[in-house]
Amino acid sequence: MRQRQALQGARRAREFEAFVAGAAGRLLHAATLLTAEAPDDNPRARRLLTLALARTYISWNRLRGEDPYDRARQYLATRFARAAWHQYGGLGRARTHPGSALATLAPQERLILVLRLYEGVAEEQTAALLGLPVERVRTICDRATTTLLQPPRSPAPTVVGAKVAPS
Amino acid sequence: MNRTEREATVRRIMEQTPPPVPPDLYAEVVRRGARMVRRRRMVRRTLWLLLCAVAVAFLVWAMMARPWVEPPSQTTPPYTGW
Repeated sequence: MRQRQALQGARRAREFEAFVAGAAGRLLHAATLLTAEAPDDNPRARRLLTLALARTYISWNRLRGEDPYDRARQYLATRFARAAWHQYGGLGRARTHPGSALATLAPQERLILVLRLYEGVAEEQTAALLGLPVERVRTICDRATTTLLQPPRSPAPTVVGAKVAPS
Repeated sequence: MNRTEREATVRRIMEQTPPPVPPDLYAEVVRRGARMVRRRRMVRRTLWLLLCAVAVAFLVWAMMARPWVEPPSQTTPPYTGW
């Protein structure tokens, strides 16, 4: 009995190692896009990925036919969303690296863009994962796409006119 | 540019220069994961132990105080002999 458990444990460890070897590259790329760091200097993205993969490691034995990559991505996204406000340059504290592709975007825009376009998660799933309405996800995705393709000429952020109360 | 083209362009922008994966990632993940598992097991054990202790304490108190027994009346003296 004990021997069988040990065998099973070893098999699971091997499976997890294979999973990490296969998924780490893509997930690390996604994490680096999220934290908007340079590709060769990304301590925050590494930390984010390590914690997300550690969570996956914990629930590895309880994955009943679920896709572990999906789980890891979910942990990555939720952890980033929780920590985005105080760690990854929310609220005007830009902590982005100019070498990153998504440096001009806000954390939430980066998150939605990475989930929707880089990872190819469906709109409904993204909305459910982040607790947002589907329309809002679509709007943010469109806005982020536009911002990325036509970066604003002036460094100052443009104030949306609709926010001004009509007097 | 329509929507599909824009999304394709953004995808292309995002997919350039993948970062190199650190070689010690797996070891670090397993170290952290094992630590988290250990910590959770400790917390779970402590909470179970606490629950058992509370249950035993309640049983002992109930046996000693016997709150289900009707207390002797304090207001009316026992009236006998009429």
